Amino acid sequence: MAQTQGAYYVPHGSHWPIFGSFGLLGTLSGAALWMDDFVVGKFIMAAGIALLIVMLIGWFHSVITESVGGKYNQQVDGSFRLGMIWFIFSEVMFFGAFFGALFYTRMFAIPWLGGAGDGASTNEFLWPAFTAMWPSNGPADIGGQFTTMSPWGIPLLNTLLLLSSGVTITIAHHALRTGHRARLLTFLALTILLGATFIGFQAYEYYEAYHHYNLTLGSGIYGSTFFLLTGFHGVHVTLGAIMLCVIWARCAKGHFSRDHHFGFEAVAWYWHFVDVVWLGLFVFVYVL
Amino acid sequence: MAAVNPAIQPDVHASHDHKPHGFLHRWLFTTNHKDIGTLYLIFSLTMFFIGGSFAMVIRAELFQPGMQLVQPEFFNEMTSMHGLIMIFGAIMPAFVGLANWMLPMMIGAPDMALPRLNNWSFWILPFAFLMLISTMFMPGGGPQGGWTMYPPLALEGGMNVAFAIFSVHMMGISSIMGAINIIATILNMRAPGVDLLRMPVFVWSWLITAFLLIAVMPVLAGAITMLLTDKYFGTSFFHAAGGGDPVMYQHIFWFFGHPEVYIMILPAFGIVSEIVPTFSRKPLFGYQAMVYALACIAFLSFIVWAHHMFTVGMPLGGNLFFMYGTMLIAIPTGVKIFNWVTTMWGGSLTFETPMLFACAFVILFSIGGFSGVSLALVPADFQYQDTFFVVAHFHYVLVTGAAFAIMGAVYYWLPKWSGHMYSEKWGKIHFWSSAISVNLLFFPQHFLGLAGMPRRIPDYNVAFADFNMLSSIGGFWFGATQLIFVGVIIHCVYFSKQRATERVWEGAKGLEWTLPSPAPYHSFTHPPVVTAGMLAHGDVSH
Repeated sequence: MAQTQGAYYVPHGSHWPIFGSFGLLGTLSGAALWMDDFVVGKFIMAAGIALLIVMLIGWFHSVITESVGGKYNQQVDGSFRLGMIWFIFSEVMFFGAFFGALFYTRMFAIPWLGGAGDGASTNEFLWPAFTAMWPSNGPADIGGQFTTMSPWGIPLLNTLLLLSSGVTITIAHHALRTGHRARLLTFLALTILLGATFIGFQAYEYYEAYHHYNLTLGSGIYGSTFFLLTGFHGVHVTLGAIMLCVIWARCAKGHFSRDHHFGFEAVAWYWHFVDVVWLGLFVFVYVL
Repeated sequence: MAAVNPAIQPDVHASHDHKPHGFLHRWLFTTNHKDIGTLYLIFSLTMFFIGGSFAMVIRAELFQPGMQLVQPEFFNEMTSMHGLIMIFGAIMPAFVGLANWMLPMMIGAPDMALPRLNNWSFWILPFAFLMLISTMFMPGGGPQGGWTMYPPLALEGGMNVAFAIFSVHMMGISSIMGAINIIATILNMRAPGVDLLRMPVFVWSWLITAFLLIAVMPVLAGAITMLLTDKYFGTSFFHAAGGGDPVMYQHIFWFFGHPEVYIMILPAFGIVSEIVPTFSRKPLFGYQAMVYALACIAFLSFIVWAHHMFTVGMPLGGNLFFMYGTMLIAIPTGVKIFNWVTTMWGGSLTFETPMLFACAFVILFSIGGFSGVSLALVPADFQYQDTFFVVAHFHYVLVTGAAFAIMGAVYYWLPKWSGHMYSEKWGKIHFWSSAISVNLLFFPQHFLGLAGMPRRIPDYNVAFADFNMLSSIGGFWFGATQLIFVGVIIHCVYFSKQRATERVWEGAKGLEWTLPSPAPYHSFTHPPVVTAGMLAHGDVSH
């Protein structure tokens, strides 16, 4: 039952949200202008991102100060937990849209273009030369011939990296709960290192794809799904790694106690989430 | 459980019962659920008038056959912007505003669970709509491909595409954060004794709606991100030549879009479930059935999306699955309608303005439900698709459904918010004028649609002239009537001399009515002592 241990902390007014709104407006309207070839958009976007960064630092600074100042009780902790769980659920659904697009094109769109089911006349009259297959850049060969990444090179290595990072962060968590500070900091640093290596490999893979495999965003539906799925995942790993760095600093400063360290747990949950998404990517984008 | 607990932890600046000083400090930086609720409601009302003025342009153009007032491109802009603004700017923020105001009071909490996040959820919205509405002043004008933004048509737009898409991203961020906050509040902030199955139905409806929001808003974000990359970064999600499929957009969009429809109606169900028992002076009939019906509708909403696309060329098996799935929804919805009617049965009914809106809701929403069932039939839908019959259907559920419930809720809780009674006479005038004009506005559209008049087209065959003129007259009348609504609210808040009592309505039950009117700045600084009889309408012990 809620509200049994008193004192729920309700913060006083905060100016960070409105900062964030200006930041979002600047970032997105700047990006939109830039995409429509207005050079000024670049600068508006940069200003917006800067505002967002300031907002994040300021906002988290307030929260951390309050937390360290002992203003949060069990119930506030519960609100944060629920918030993080449902935020991760929303992220799952976001990736779900792109996985859905991948499955739909592979199960329906491509076979129909190849003449399956109701697509017989589409194939006959529009693209008689096209036979359904995967990977595909469509009947018009959009983006030209390309080669796909072998799953057993970098992607396998990346899978092992992320899985190991899941183990190291769990070791770090146990160390935190048993009060082994040195082990905590070491294994958390190791997790960050594994994440950073993953990002490095991913960047190298993109470089290879663009320069040696002719696999680009413009490579038809394969390129589209490949780069948006792995790209959004990469962004999430990067964010997760930044979060881990912040948590490492907070651990080093001694912000967390054995049984009061939700900041750590939230980031660990997030890290496991990007891990699980990667497993989905590895299976459905690279292997199958 | 726990007896009286200590007050919420005092905060140096604002936790005693004084509002923060200074206009900007109070409204821009607020973390107070009531202030944020007020902001949401005012924003929603503003958007209701902006979106409504676009509808007036549409009805003016359709007043007579032939091209009268506006260019077809501008007409398309009006239909697209009317949809986007009414859905994301008027209906959804109004419900979130009501949730903000009422949920903490209904469950005995001091405030929302995450007050700062709550501020951001609101303050993203004005910026998002600034971006969206600004597209109308750009070269090429605003979005013209409908609120659904189907490719390839929507991608033909000029500068508006990126701006409109990013603005919808912002609305999505706002909705997701708002929904997370609502779930955390309901699950974590209930006073001892407010068990899940003792919560008011409005709280239940929002718990389920918030789940729907978190589940589907990210999917919309994904779909429109694909639109964006298709236009600007050379991807082929919706280009058949590259192996994609424009129909795939419709699948992803409606996977969001159908739960979205229930996001806009479930809180209305919750509101009506509060109002009807109060003015019937009887417990809500079948409280648990009402809750389970809400959950059941929410579940079904995930597996019926393709009934929006029967004519798109899906395999027959797909059409059949989505047809039967859709018709199943009539069962839990029927449970709700019958339970409201049974609640009224044998009650000591009085018809104050909120009750009038609730009764109109039950009747007129049912009409929208019936046309919904006929649209669910695949063979019938082949004729109705993209006609005014569809327009009539969804305006019955969204205007006489969602919007009427919101107006009813405003009349119901306004005395609690402001501490004054509104003018019952003008409230009733507002209601009757709305109820008559809205039917004149939308009922003839059923006939127009059945006779084959397509939607979203600025000109039409002279055969449709009479009904269109009637519909337009109803439209102007309905639009003008809403000025009375504004008048009643302003009068109540600033000029009304009649003080509201604590309970306001004789038959009202629930924790919000145990607080003074107007409600204090901080709701329950001490968790209230709750007994079963005070809660939810109905004997929920079995």
